[in-house]
Formats: sequence, structure tokens, C-alpha cells
Amino acid sequence: MPGTYIQPEFRVKIDYDKCHKCGRCVQQCGWGVYSFNERPIPDDSKCRACHRCVTFCPAHCITIEKNALAYKDNDNWTVDARKAIWRQAETGGVLLTSMGNPRPYPRIFDHLLLDACQVTNPSIDPLREPMELRTYLGRKPDAVSVEADGAGGYRLAPNGGMTANIQLDAPIIFSPMSYGSVSLNVHKSLAMAAQRLGTLMNTGEGGLHADLYPYQDRVIVQVASGRFGVDPEYLGRGAAIEIKIGQGAKPGIGGHLPGEKIDKEVSSTRMIPQGTDAISPAPHHDIYSIEDLRQLIYALKEASGYKPVGVKIAAVHNVAAIASGIVRAGADYIYLDGFRGGTGAAPQVIRDHIGIPIEVAIAVVDQRLRDEGIRNHASIVAAGSIRSSADAAKAIALGADVVAIGSAALMALGCHLCQSCHTGCCSWGLTTQKPELTRRLDPEWGAERLVNLVSAWSHEIQEILGALGVNAIESLRGSRERLRSVGLDAQMNAVLGVKPVGM
Amino acid sequence: MSYTAAVVEGYSDVAPQVRRDGGVTTVDARGVYYRRVNETVRQAISDGATHLVLTGVNGQRYIGTGVSAHGVRIDVHGTAGNDLGMLMDGPMIEVFGNAQDGVGNTMNAGTIVVHGDAGDVLGYGMRGGHVYIRGDVGYRVGIHMKAYENLVPVLVCGGKARDFFGEYMAGGIAVLLGMNTQFPEEPVAGSFLGAGMHGGVIYVRGTVEPWRCGKEVGIFEATEEDMATLVPLLRDYCSAMGMDFDEVTSQPFTRLAPFSHRPYGKLYVPL
Repeated sequence: MPGTYIQPEFRVKIDYDKCHKCGRCVQQCGWGVYSFNERPIPDDSKCRACHRCVTFCPAHCITIEKNALAYKDNDNWTVDARKAIWRQAETGGVLLTSMGNPRPYPRIFDHLLLDACQVTNPSIDPLREPMELRTYLGRKPDAVSVEADGAGGYRLAPNGGMTANIQLDAPIIFSPMSYGSVSLNVHKSLAMAAQRLGTLMNTGEGGLHADLYPYQDRVIVQVASGRFGVDPEYLGRGAAIEIKIGQGAKPGIGGHLPGEKIDKEVSSTRMIPQGTDAISPAPHHDIYSIEDLRQLIYALKEASGYKPVGVKIAAVHNVAAIASGIVRAGADYIYLDGFRGGTGAAPQVIRDHIGIPIEVAIAVVDQRLRDEGIRNHASIVAAGSIRSSADAAKAIALGADVVAIGSAALMALGCHLCQSCHTGCCSWGLTTQKPELTRRLDPEWGAERLVNLVSAWSHEIQEILGALGVNAIESLRGSRERLRSVGLDAQMNAVLGVKPVGM
Repeated sequence: MSYTAAVVEGYSDVAPQVRRDGGVTTVDARGVYYRRVNETVRQAISDGATHLVLTGVNGQRYIGTGVSAHGVRIDVHGTAGNDLGMLMDGPMIEVFGNAQDGVGNTMNAGTIVVHGDAGDVLGYGMRGGHVYIRGDVGYRVGIHMKAYENLVPVLVCGGKARDFFGEYMAGGIAVLLGMNTQFPEEPVAGSFLGAGMHGGVIYVRGTVEPWRCGKEVGIFEATEEDMATLVPLLRDYCSAMGMDFDEVTSQPFTRLAPFSHRPYGKLYVPL
């Protein structure tokens, strides 16, 4: 019997006339595609199309093609469906995959268009006029008390009602990715970039490595159900604390970091033994209700001297009511992760079939909190496939305060979206703990790439604001009047609170 | 200036009365909002107090939560509220009464002694320290206890436990005696004992029915080696509780331990 019915997805083509026979491709591939016998010989079945070899081939003689192998046409039984069945028939296992949901569900951002000023109100040139992107993450009071400053003006009175907020110089933060799922060099790149950009990175649930302590004022420390690496010192170091309830790629399920990824450094950061599975239970077992969530929020505040505490949830069907409960429980921000959010490993069936789009989640949560008069009590962070500054601007217009980027940040560091993080063999050295691979990312270079990306998006958002004729990101927030939809039905327009084009 | 204390969640939002008598700082927590009680406790500790006595405690949460200090003792008279000693790193808390849910939640180091019963999710994610409960405990006790390097958490419950005792346990030692119980007719532990366990050890005084245990758990008679671990813990527990060590050890113990540190290693296949 054949070992597998599954034929290679890609063909690795080498132009041997041009090939230097240098063996660099052999050395670069994390998946062991190449062997070398006088010249590199690829095993197509191992190729993930990550382009590491292509990028580093000095002769530019490698290309990766799709395997053109024809399957009998069947719109119902797709090739992927057939392959999944063969794989499961071979192994009896739950299919594991990574990165965000790639299926062709509608992408609502691509059906939304922004407004611009023409004639009747002037647009603004952001290159020569002030254009404010500064955003404050945290609870805003219903009222503040002020006192005379003695110079004819007023200032905030002591204990005047303002609670701790975190100043962000751009409305873009880095989304949580744990040390363990990504390498320490990725964490360092994110932390250095966050500090330079005046924004935030997020530890994910894997603890805070000591190398990140110099950047701790720009780090959100996460508390997930496994409580890995969570102790008073960890809470004391973070700029804010985030309770992770769920993740867009795997709503409602826990996580396992496999024992083979728990090396000495990961073990010491998570404070668990080497080689043992790091199991995150599906729920926090001290949270079975909104009241319990309030209890954990205030436990973390008590333990940290009342730092901002956010709550991250996956966007699910009833997200608006859940968000209302979270805000009433005392969260300083609510982090919504849409169904296209990325992951270092998730069962494919969960990733591809659970959750709702982030665009809808932002709109319904923002509306619900406004209707209840509590929108100012918490900031909204939106994530789950923010692909560009346009997505960010549309998310903010729908009602988000801040967007978070994970997949895009990884792409800035070299990720080619091959969806193989769960193998731990990332050729780009990002989602692996193998030292020969992780050293491929220089954190200084990585930080520069991330700063470039966020700076570029910030400029683009400023251009969008200028075109809209407003001079601050605050003026776009929740301003759905500046959005129109194209190709969405009336019911979806009503859900989003957006008019169709032409109205 | 007249001042009326605000009432928050049924408690007065005022600073509690504090009395210093020699080395003892007594805080009258009766009817006082938890935040004010805990502020006072933290302030007293940072001012150098090493022995605090909280009187009139009736459900105030977070006593000792997030307190990092060594050589500090906190006596609690009354019923301690939820998350007693959560994220605690060092102090010794002794409760003369019952405790509610979440005792020792994500605790790092220190000792909690409860001369009464305790509620659910006791010792959740506990990484170090000792928690001794005289009586019965609730559901999902010892869940996801871990161990790390020289930190080995120890949980001893003198009474009986409900379902999911030691669930997901990844490290540490959990002991269930089944002695000081309000429920003599109940089994020593509910169902799903040690479900998902992948590290650490559970000791039960007497025996357990195999069907009550998670499928990840092996059931063994405690050996001499096990008793070498248990005896000092039980002596310490008996001295804290004023119990007779010989009576506690008059029955053999059962050891529950996971088959694997990687119970789900074969569950998933990469696509």
C-alpha cells in the first residue's frame, strides 16, 4: 500500500544550468526538502512554499510551482476536502493548522468604502498640517473634576476621576503571540519596535522573558487559563494586563504547546518543567460568569496596584451582549478578535468554521455600548486580519479605538503565510524554537522592519484622515457616516450601521 | 465636616480601624469594603508590620492577594472571601473560619491554613507554597497545579472533595484525607479525579474507585518512597491543625499519577 494518497501540493523546480551547486537551499530549508548529491535534489512532498530557498538562492534558479496534477472536477468534494479525509484516514488525528482562516468567506472590509471631501468642505494636507493619531487606551470617566491652576486656567484635580490610560502614538498595537509559539527574537523585535513607535506589544500567554524587561512599559502582559509565567512580578512589570478568554482562530477551545517546544528558555519563562505539554484549559476555571470575570479583573487590579486590565475575546455570535458584560465587569479595554485571526496552531475545523467577522463584531459592540451609555468605559481593540492601513481606518470608522496586528507583523519579519507554524520548523525563524532557525531573525533588523510597517500605515491613515477633512483619529472613530457599503445586502448594512453607496 | 461613608456591594467604603499592640497590628474588617481592608493590610506590611490580625472578616475578597513579602503572618477571623491569597508570594495566612472560592489561586509561595471548609477552584494554577484545609473542599480543587524548579506546591485537604479534583494537574502534591467531613456518606472525591492530569501526584487516604478517575491517571498503592514524601507533609499538616498524626496515617494511602507528561501528544496531526 502507498504511505499516503496525498500528492505534493507544490513542485520545486531548479534550473540546474544556472545552479551554483552551493547548497544554500539545503541549508536554508527548515522542512528538509533538499538533499544534496552533486546538486540539490528536492523532495516536493515536504515543500511548504515559504520561499526561503527561493529568496536566498544566489543564482535565482529555484521556483516553486503548484502541482498541476489534475483531479476529477467536483465543486462539492474539493481537493482539500479529499486530502483532509485521506490524512485523517491515515492517522485518526485532529487536523492541525496555523495562521488565519483562509476560506473564501466574504471579506466585509472589501465591501466598505471611505468618504472624502470635495468642494463643500476642505480636505487637509497631512504633510504640512497637524494630524493627530495619538490614542489613549483605557477607561474614560463619565466626568472629571478640575481645579484652578493658579494661572487663570484649570487642571485635572487630584483623584478627579481619571483612571490610568496608556498613551499610544498610533492606533496600531501588536497582537498577542506567546514566546513558545514564536521565537524570543520575534518577541524582542516586537518589543523594541513598540518602544520606538510609542505603541504596545503583547506577551501572549507564555510569560515575559527577562530580555524584554527594558521594554516593559510598552508590554501588555497576558493572563490566560494556563496562568503560565503569571506571578506578582510579571503583573508588576506590564503596562497593562490582559485576560485572554478567547482567540479568533480558536474560539472556545484551549491550547497545547507541545512538550517538544518547551526548551529551557521557554520553560523558565512559562515557569513549567521542560518537555511537559503546556496545556491551557478551554475556560478559565475561575470564570464561569460575568461576575467571576469581574472578580478576576479586580484580583489582577488588586495585585498590580490598579493597572488597566483588558479582556480579549473571540468574536462570536452574541458578541455585543458579552462585550457589554465585560465592560460592566470593569474591563478597561475589550479586545475583539475576528474569525480570521491568526494562530500558531489550531484544529482546522475550529479555525475554519467558528466565529464571526471582525467588521461585524466592531460595529455591533460599539453600537451596543453606545446604546447602553457605557462606550466611554472601555476602549475597543479590534483584530483578526487587519491587512492594511485601509482595513485599520475602516475598523476605526466602524467603532474601534485601536487595531492590533499579528499576521501582518509576522509578515514584516519574513512570514510568507505558508500556514505551517504548528510544525515548529519555520524556515524564517519566526515560529520555531530551533536555535539554528531562530538566529535567522536579528531583532534589531526585525524592529526596523516593524517600525517601517507601522510608520507607513500611520502615514497612510493620516492621508485618509486628511482626505476626510478631519485632523484627528478621534474624529474618525465610530464615524460610520464616513463609510458606505458596496455589494452588501440591506440586512448586513443595518447590522453594520452603514449606508449603501449612493445614499 | 459631616461625612457619610459610601456603601459599596454592601460594605462601608471607609478605612478600617487599626490597632497596634506590640508586634501585632489588628485590623477591624467588620463591614468594611475589601479594597479598603486590603489597602490597609498592604500599607501595614510595607510599613514593616509582620503580624496582622483581621477581625470581623465576612466575605471580603482578595485578602493577601498579590502580596509579596516573607516573614509576614496574617490571621483571619471570620469567613475569608474569594481569591484568598491569590498570586501570593511569601506570607502565611491562617483562617479561623471557612474560606470561599479560589483560595491560593495562582499562588507562588507562602502558606495558607484554613481551620474550616473551602470552596471551588482551590489552588488553581498554584505554582508553589502550602495550602492546608481542615475540612471539605468544593469542585475543581487543585486544578492545573504546576511545579517549577524548586517550587513544588502542596495542597492537603482534611475532608472530602467534589468532582474534578486535580484536573489538568501538571505538578505538585495534592493530598485528600477524607476525615474532617460534613458528608460521611459521600466518597472521598467526586468524579473525574485527576482528569487530564499530566504531572504531579495525588495521594488519597484509603482507596478510590477506579471509575472515578480520569483516564490519564494510574492508581497505585503508596510505596515507602511515597510515604517518605508524605510523612513530613502530614506531620506539618497535623501540627497546623492539631490533629493526631498516628490516626491520619492509620490507613494506607493511594497514589494517583499520570501515565504521561504528554497526554494529547498523539491527538493532533499536522495538515
